[in-house]
Amino acid sequence: MDSHSTYEPKNGAARWLESRLPVLGLVHSSFIAFPTPRNLNYWWNFGAILTFMLAVQIITGIVLAMHYTPNAALALDSTESIMRDVNYGWLLRYLHANGASLFFFAVYIHIFRGMFYGSYKAPREVLWIIGVLIFLVMMATAFMGYVLPWGQMSFWAATVITNLFSAIPIVGTTVTTWLWGGFSVDNATLNRFFSLHYLLPFVIAGLVMLHIWALHVPGNGNPTGVNVKSKDDTVPFHPYYTIKDVFGLSVFLILFAWIVFYIPNFLGHPDNYVAADPLKTPAHIVPEWYFLPFYAILRSIPNKLLGVIALFGSIAILLFLPWLDTSRIRSAVYRPIYRQFFWIFVIVTIGLGYLGSQPPEGIYVIIGRILTVYYFLHFLVILPVIGIVEKPKPLPASISEAVLAKNGHAPAVAGAK
Amino acid sequence: MVDIHDADHADPSRRDFLYIATGAVGAVGAALVAWPLIDQMNPDAAALALATVEVDISSIAVGQSVVVKWRGKPVVVRQRTPEEIEGVKKVALGDLIDPIARNDNLPADAPATDENRSAMSASGAAKGKEAWFVMVQICTHLGCVPLGQQGDFDGWFCPCHGSQYDAAGRVRHGPAPENMVIPVYSFETDTKIKIG
Amino acid sequence: MLRLAVLGIALAIAAPAAAQESGQGGAVAAPTHFPIKEPELQRWTFAGPFGNFDQGQLQRGYFVYKEVCSTCHSMRLVAFRNLSQPGGPGFTDAQVKALAETFKIQDGPNDQGEMFERPGRPSDHFPSPYPNPQAAAAALGAAPPDLSMIAKARGIERGPLLTVVDFFTQYQEGGPDYIHALLTGYQDPPPGFNVPPGGHYNPYFNAAAVLAMPPPLTDGAVPYTDGAPQTVDQYARDVSAFLMWAAEPHLVERKRMGMMAIIFLVVFAGLMFATKRKVWSGVAH
Repeated sequence: MDSHSTYEPKNGAARWLESRLPVLGLVHSSFIAFPTPRNLNYWWNFGAILTFMLAVQIITGIVLAMHYTPNAALALDSTESIMRDVNYGWLLRYLHANGASLFFFAVYIHIFRGMFYGSYKAPREVLWIIGVLIFLVMMATAFMGYVLPWGQMSFWAATVITNLFSAIPIVGTTVTTWLWGGFSVDNATLNRFFSLHYLLPFVIAGLVMLHIWALHVPGNGNPTGVNVKSKDDTVPFHPYYTIKDVFGLSVFLILFAWIVFYIPNFLGHPDNYVAADPLKTPAHIVPEWYFLPFYAILRSIPNKLLGVIALFGSIAILLFLPWLDTSRIRSAVYRPIYRQFFWIFVIVTIGLGYLGSQPPEGIYVIIGRILTVYYFLHFLVILPVIGIVEKPKPLPASISEAVLAKNGHAPAVAGAK
Repeated sequence: MVDIHDADHADPSRRDFLYIATGAVGAVGAALVAWPLIDQMNPDAAALALATVEVDISSIAVGQSVVVKWRGKPVVVRQRTPEEIEGVKKVALGDLIDPIARNDNLPADAPATDENRSAMSASGAAKGKEAWFVMVQICTHLGCVPLGQQGDFDGWFCPCHGSQYDAAGRVRHGPAPENMVIPVYSFETDTKIKIG
Repeated sequence: MLRLAVLGIALAIAAPAAAQESGQGGAVAAPTHFPIKEPELQRWTFAGPFGNFDQGQLQRGYFVYKEVCSTCHSMRLVAFRNLSQPGGPGFTDAQVKALAETFKIQDGPNDQGEMFERPGRPSDHFPSPYPNPQAAAAALGAAPPDLSMIAKARGIERGPLLTVVDFFTQYQEGGPDYIHALLTGYQDPPPGFNVPPGGHYNPYFNAAAVLAMPPPLTDGAVPYTDGAPQTVDQYARDVSAFLMWAAEPHLVERKRMGMMAIIFLVVFAGLMFATKRKVWSGVAH
């Protein structure tokens, strides 16, 4: 919003810096004085949680890279020497490996939050699109990170995912050979994946800055979806949301600690503790849980090229969500029909995730196809139609009115003396 | 915007205590998390347990040296000539730049006599081992490997910055500040020493 | 004597990894889902939030591994020094040194450029019974899997419901449960089931109905000095626990630290909640 707002440097040094590089004022206006709707609920914690998790992944990742060797002959051994010999190496690796899972867990909640409250709608389309790009880069980063321990699942994940590109007509084989740097997934592949796995998180960090920038132009959405109309609708970001975010984060960290310290291999696959063997594919290969819905979509289509198109399409379609949703109302709270379909969509996605973990046979294939069709129908048919036929509930006049109605007060100016 | 001070109607001292306690617990947590991130850069368990090195000295003639690698560092094992020994024995402690033995087999304050520098100081050494000399051949200035049997003192000469050492590895000419280090070692038999 | 006997049996036929190749036994109603029988869950001292290894059990497990498993299987990621580190079998440094010296370790090259053998040191890793997987495969028919991580590289299928339950009950012992079931699960095949030559029927094997590894344990095969029963079941239990430790040597440290981390976070979250309420107390939201 107003980037040269109310910041007054408190001492000479700050004044000196501010007149040369107004970074303190930027931080002040973005994270301290920033006017934030007063009615954000706990689903709005996940932005801060995600920023924190990105930092955790980058810090633990840099540290792990000090001990890891990206060489097909040494990758598994160096990973295990981290687990066995490096001081606190086991902790750092389990934090990093499970941190990736928790990162995706948080990003899915963040995405569904955005879908429920219409956070992608004008004027926040660019904010949403940057978010989808972050999600894409996250997926690439996580996939390449999973390859690094060079276990059986690493190797075969790399083989299967890179083979997706062989579906491209005419140049497919050329592209996969180029990706591999050889005629199969091998040392050259591992080495470039390590390089990119180290690079991409910083790309994510850059995109996150754009994401926050794009957020701070229109300001936060809120559960009512009603625009901020007066100063009574907002509170300064600090201390209200800094404190609330840290509280939400500390609860999230309990979940993180539970997994890291007690069930660190719960989300992984035992086969990744078997050394990579290019001559033997494990009986049931499955990706990490956060890729399962997309994996199910890939498998439901009995045609290589179309399957790959569906896989990428299922993510790319998110880019068009701001225009596929024809409703003028943002929040599902005031959209009785959309709200039903939102929850159906959540269940369908979880269902696809379950199917992705099951062998592609019998009834699973049929249900997988139905859910895949529904996934695309949700975006291409259901959303545009609901937006036209739905009769929304009446919106509150303002955020403060909605807050006071919820708290049982008569509409009055909040917080006034 | 809502007035922040509205939030402050509670008892001020209790409020301050809560804020301070929360902040303190958070700070302790951050400090505890920092330690694994720092400690991971220390030598790992495999490096700490690194094997000792055994050297067969039966084939090292008078005036000859062998250099073995121990913990990634060059360790020289030398049978010194009588002239060299005589030379270093004559030196008064007061003439040395560094009067401390720098011998890991001895207490930290042992004086830098030749007896405290030669193999007489190693465990398992029988009498008459003073010709044997074992030393980490790394200049105490900035870590280069000095050249043996060169320079003005019948000992080592560092090509990097010109430090000179005598035949007992004691620094005699700067810029190096200290004598070269004698590692922990012992005589397993008369012809075999174990370093580390 | 015992070692030789075990070695003889082991050399006679092959090892578990061979199963996929030699597996898929007889004609009668060949099962298609493996394992045919799901392992029974065992009680382990290292399960749950307060889990801790039983030192005596790990020591016994080590001897079972050394006397039986190590004749065919390597365990190349574990070093002798690990045997005395905290949270492990609790051998003393002197015991580990003496134990390591009973092994011949290849070292070199020496000054003549030749490899030579010397007694083991605590810093050495467990030597492998074969110089490389090809040699093991040539001798045994197939290379037996390395056992360093086997307790984490095996698991049991839990299904969607139990998987959710496992999240809360912290069930992480699928590996040892599977190993125990496999080692104790050799039995006569059902009537009409043709066991192929070199195979051994075991309904708990997770890749086929038969595996190439012959039943490795027999009652009384490994002498125990602490009075623990010298039965196949006890051997299997002890060696499974030992393999879990070998795969996850910092398990105890991890769980201890986890308890402190969670207590800390609960306190911190509580304080943050109080702070948050205080900060927001004057603002309707």
